[in-house]
Amino acid sequence: MNRFTTFFALLIALISPIAATAAADLEINTPAIGALKNSMQQRHGALAPYYASGALGLARDGMLAVREASAIPLSERQKVNGLVAEENRDRSALYREIARGNSHPEWEDEVRSTFAGRWIDKAQSGWWVQMPNGSWSKK
Amino acid sequence: MRAFSSRNLLLLALAGTLASCVTINIYFPAAAAEKAADKIIDEVWQLKKSEQKPADPAASQPTLK
Repeated sequence: MNRFTTFFALLIALISPIAATAAADLEINTPAIGALKNSMQQRHGALAPYYASGALGLARDGMLAVREASAIPLSERQKVNGLVAEENRDRSALYREIARGNSHPEWEDEVRSTFAGRWIDKAQSGWWVQMPNGSWSKK
Repeated sequence: MRAFSSRNLLLLALAGTLASCVTINIYFPAAAAEKAADKIIDEVWQLKKSEQKPADPAASQPTLK
Protein backbone atom coordinates (compact mmCIF):
# COMPACT_ATOMS: atom_id res chain seq x y z
CA MET A 1 0.00 0.00 0.00
CA ASN A 2 2.85 2.28 0.84
CA ARG A 3 4.32 1.69 -2.54
CA PHE A 4 1.09 2.81 -4.23
CA THR A 5 0.92 5.94 -2.18
CA THR A 6 4.47 6.81 -3.12
CA PHE A 7 3.78 6.05 -6.75
CA PHE A 8 0.65 8.17 -6.76
CA ALA A 9 2.37 11.06 -5.02
CA LEU A 10 5.21 10.88 -7.49
CA LEU A 11 2.81 10.83 -10.41
CA ILE A 12 0.92 13.86 -9.12
CA ALA A 13 4.15 15.68 -8.40
CA LEU A 14 5.27 15.03 -11.97
CA ILE A 15 2.04 15.95 -13.68
CA SER A 16 0.62 18.83 -11.67
CA PRO A 17 3.25 21.41 -12.74
CA ILE A 18 2.44 20.61 -16.37
CA ALA A 19 -1.27 21.07 -15.73
CA ALA A 20 -0.63 24.27 -13.78
CA THR A 21 1.46 25.72 -16.61
CA ALA A 22 -1.17 24.85 -19.16
CA ALA A 23 -3.82 26.63 -17.11
CA ALA A 24 -1.72 29.71 -16.29
CA ASP A 25 -1.50 31.33 -19.70
CA LEU A 26 -3.45 31.69 -22.87
CA GLU A 27 -1.61 31.39 -26.16
CA ILE A 28 -1.56 34.83 -27.77
CA ASN A 29 1.57 34.55 -29.89
CA THR A 30 0.10 33.04 -33.02
CA PRO A 31 0.83 34.81 -36.33
CA ALA A 32 -2.86 35.65 -36.79
CA ILE A 33 -3.11 37.31 -33.38
CA GLY A 34 0.16 39.18 -33.98
CA ALA A 35 -1.07 40.55 -37.29
CA LEU A 36 -4.38 41.72 -35.79
CA LYS A 37 -2.57 43.35 -32.90
CA ASN A 38 -0.30 45.26 -35.28
CA SER A 39 -3.17 46.35 -37.43
CA MET A 40 -5.09 47.64 -34.40
CA GLN A 41 -2.03 49.34 -32.99
CA GLN A 42 -1.47 51.22 -36.23
CA ARG A 43 -5.11 52.28 -36.40
CA HIS A 44 -5.16 53.51 -32.85
CA GLY A 45 -3.40 56.78 -33.64
CA ALA A 46 -6.18 57.71 -36.05
CA LEU A 47 -8.93 56.73 -33.62
CA ALA A 48 -7.55 58.30 -30.44
CA PRO A 49 -8.75 61.87 -31.11
CA TYR A 50 -12.30 60.59 -31.51
CA TYR A 51 -12.14 58.69 -28.24
CA ALA A 52 -11.09 61.92 -26.59
CA SER A 53 -13.82 64.00 -28.22
CA GLY A 54 -16.49 61.54 -27.11
CA ALA A 55 -17.48 60.67 -30.66
CA LEU A 56 -16.41 57.07 -30.11
CA GLY A 57 -16.95 54.94 -27.08
CA LEU A 58 -15.96 51.51 -25.83
CA ALA A 59 -19.05 49.37 -25.94
CA ARG A 60 -19.99 46.73 -23.42
CA ASP A 61 -19.81 44.03 -26.09
CA GLY A 62 -16.07 44.46 -26.67
CA MET A 63 -16.57 46.57 -29.78
CA LEU A 64 -15.98 50.18 -30.67
CA ALA A 65 -19.11 52.26 -31.15
CA VAL A 66 -19.91 55.59 -32.76
CA ARG A 67 -21.52 57.07 -29.70
CA GLU A 68 -22.01 60.66 -30.83
CA ALA A 69 -21.75 61.09 -34.58
CA SER A 70 -22.45 64.81 -34.28
CA ALA A 71 -19.09 65.21 -32.50
CA ILE A 72 -17.37 64.26 -35.75
CA PRO A 73 -17.02 66.99 -38.37
CA LEU A 74 -19.16 66.08 -41.35
CA SER A 75 -16.18 65.84 -43.66
CA GLU A 76 -14.55 63.21 -41.44
CA ARG A 77 -17.56 61.05 -40.70
CA GLN A 78 -17.15 58.68 -43.57
CA LYS A 79 -13.50 58.13 -42.76
CA VAL A 80 -14.24 57.53 -39.08
CA ASN A 81 -17.09 55.13 -39.87
CA GLY A 82 -14.68 53.19 -42.06
CA LEU A 83 -12.06 53.09 -39.31
CA VAL A 84 -14.61 51.89 -36.77
CA ALA A 85 -15.81 49.15 -39.11
CA GLU A 86 -12.22 48.01 -39.70
CA GLU A 87 -11.46 48.11 -35.99
CA ASN A 88 -14.50 46.04 -35.15
CA ARG A 89 -13.63 43.53 -37.83
CA ASP A 90 -10.18 43.18 -36.29
CA ARG A 91 -11.61 42.92 -32.78
CA SER A 92 -14.02 40.15 -33.74
CA ALA A 93 -11.23 38.33 -35.52
CA LEU A 94 -8.96 38.79 -32.50
CA TYR A 95 -11.47 37.23 -30.10
CA ARG A 96 -12.05 34.38 -32.52
CA GLU A 97 -8.33 33.80 -33.08
CA ILE A 98 -7.55 33.76 -29.37
CA ALA A 99 -10.23 31.15 -28.80
CA ARG A 100 -9.06 29.11 -31.78
CA GLY A 101 -5.39 29.55 -30.95
CA ASN A 102 -6.11 27.88 -27.63
CA SER A 103 -8.02 25.04 -29.26
CA HIS A 104 -11.34 26.16 -27.82
CA PRO A 105 -13.34 28.02 -30.48
CA GLU A 106 -16.30 27.94 -28.10
CA TRP A 107 -14.44 30.34 -25.79
CA GLU A 108 -14.90 33.18 -28.28
CA ASP A 109 -17.79 34.83 -26.44
CA GLU A 110 -16.02 34.63 -23.11
CA VAL A 111 -12.86 36.06 -24.64
CA ARG A 112 -14.99 38.87 -26.05
CA SER A 113 -16.60 39.70 -22.73
CA THR A 114 -13.24 39.54 -20.96
CA PHE A 115 -11.86 42.03 -23.47
CA ALA A 116 -14.94 44.22 -23.17
CA GLY A 117 -14.25 44.64 -19.47
CA ARG A 118 -10.54 45.24 -19.94
CA TRP A 119 -10.90 47.83 -22.74
CA ILE A 120 -13.28 49.75 -20.48
CA ASP A 121 -11.07 49.39 -17.42
CA LYS A 122 -8.01 50.59 -19.26
CA ALA A 123 -9.69 53.45 -21.13
CA GLN A 124 -8.15 56.83 -20.47
CA SER A 125 -10.01 59.36 -18.40
CA GLY A 126 -12.21 61.48 -20.61
CA TRP A 127 -13.10 58.53 -22.83
CA TRP A 128 -16.63 57.21 -22.98
CA VAL A 129 -17.48 53.69 -21.93
CA GLN A 130 -20.71 51.75 -21.90
CA MET A 131 -22.13 50.49 -18.62
CA PRO A 132 -23.58 46.98 -18.31
CA ASN A 133 -27.09 48.50 -18.46
CA GLY A 134 -26.31 50.10 -21.83
CA SER A 135 -25.92 53.71 -20.71
CA TRP A 136 -22.76 55.66 -21.53
CA SER A 137 -20.47 57.21 -19.00
CA LYS A 138 -17.41 59.42 -19.25
CA LYS A 139 -14.39 58.13 -17.40
CA MET B 1 -1.40 -10.78 -7.41
CA ARG B 2 0.35 -7.89 -5.81
CA ALA B 3 1.95 -6.84 -9.06
CA PHE B 4 -1.38 -7.06 -10.84
CA SER B 5 -3.25 -4.78 -8.45
CA SER B 6 -0.34 -2.35 -8.53
CA ARG B 7 -0.74 -2.07 -12.26
CA ASN B 8 -4.45 -1.55 -11.87
CA LEU B 9 -3.91 1.24 -9.43
CA LEU B 10 -1.40 2.86 -11.69
CA LEU B 11 -3.87 2.76 -14.55
CA LEU B 12 -6.52 4.27 -12.31
CA ALA B 13 -4.14 7.04 -11.29
CA LEU B 14 -3.30 7.76 -14.89
CA ALA B 15 -6.95 7.86 -15.87
CA GLY B 16 -7.67 10.20 -12.98
CA THR B 17 -4.85 12.51 -13.91
CA LEU B 18 -5.94 12.59 -17.53
CA ALA B 19 -9.48 13.34 -16.49
CA SER B 20 -8.33 16.22 -14.33
CA CYS B 21 -6.32 17.67 -17.21
CA VAL B 22 -9.38 17.60 -19.41
CA THR B 23 -11.45 19.20 -16.67
CA ILE B 24 -8.98 22.07 -16.39
CA ASN B 25 -9.31 22.80 -20.08
CA ILE B 26 -13.08 22.63 -20.32
CA TYR B 27 -13.59 25.65 -18.11
CA PHE B 28 -12.75 29.05 -19.48
CA PRO B 29 -9.57 30.30 -17.78
CA ALA B 30 -10.88 33.72 -16.79
CA ALA B 31 -7.74 34.93 -15.01
CA ALA B 32 -5.48 33.88 -17.87
CA ALA B 33 -7.82 35.55 -20.34
CA GLU B 34 -7.68 38.83 -18.40
CA LYS B 35 -3.92 38.66 -18.39
CA ALA B 36 -3.85 38.02 -22.12
CA ALA B 37 -6.33 40.84 -22.75
CA ASP B 38 -4.26 43.27 -20.68
CA LYS B 39 -1.13 42.37 -22.60
CA ILE B 40 -2.77 42.87 -25.96
CA ILE B 41 -4.53 46.10 -24.97
CA ASP B 42 -1.28 47.51 -23.59
CA GLU B 43 0.33 46.89 -26.94
CA VAL B 44 -2.53 48.15 -29.06
CA TRP B 45 -2.89 51.33 -27.02
CA GLN B 46 0.86 51.49 -26.35
CA LEU B 47 0.30 51.96 -22.64
CA LYS B 48 3.67 50.54 -21.62
CA LYS B 49 6.16 51.93 -24.09
CA SER B 50 9.10 51.47 -21.71
CA GLU B 51 8.50 47.74 -21.75
CA GLN B 52 8.93 47.42 -25.50
CA LYS B 53 11.95 49.63 -26.13
CA PRO B 54 14.82 48.44 -23.88
CA ALA B 55 15.83 44.84 -23.12
CA ASP B 56 16.67 44.06 -26.74
CA PRO B 57 20.27 45.31 -26.88
CA ALA B 58 21.17 43.61 -23.61
CA ALA B 59 19.38 40.42 -24.52
CA SER B 60 21.10 40.14 -27.88
CA GLN B 61 24.55 40.07 -26.29
CA PRO B 62 25.20 36.55 -25.13
CA THR B 63 28.69 37.11 -23.69
CA LEU B 64 29.19 37.77 -20.00
CA LYS B 65 32.25 39.98 -20.35
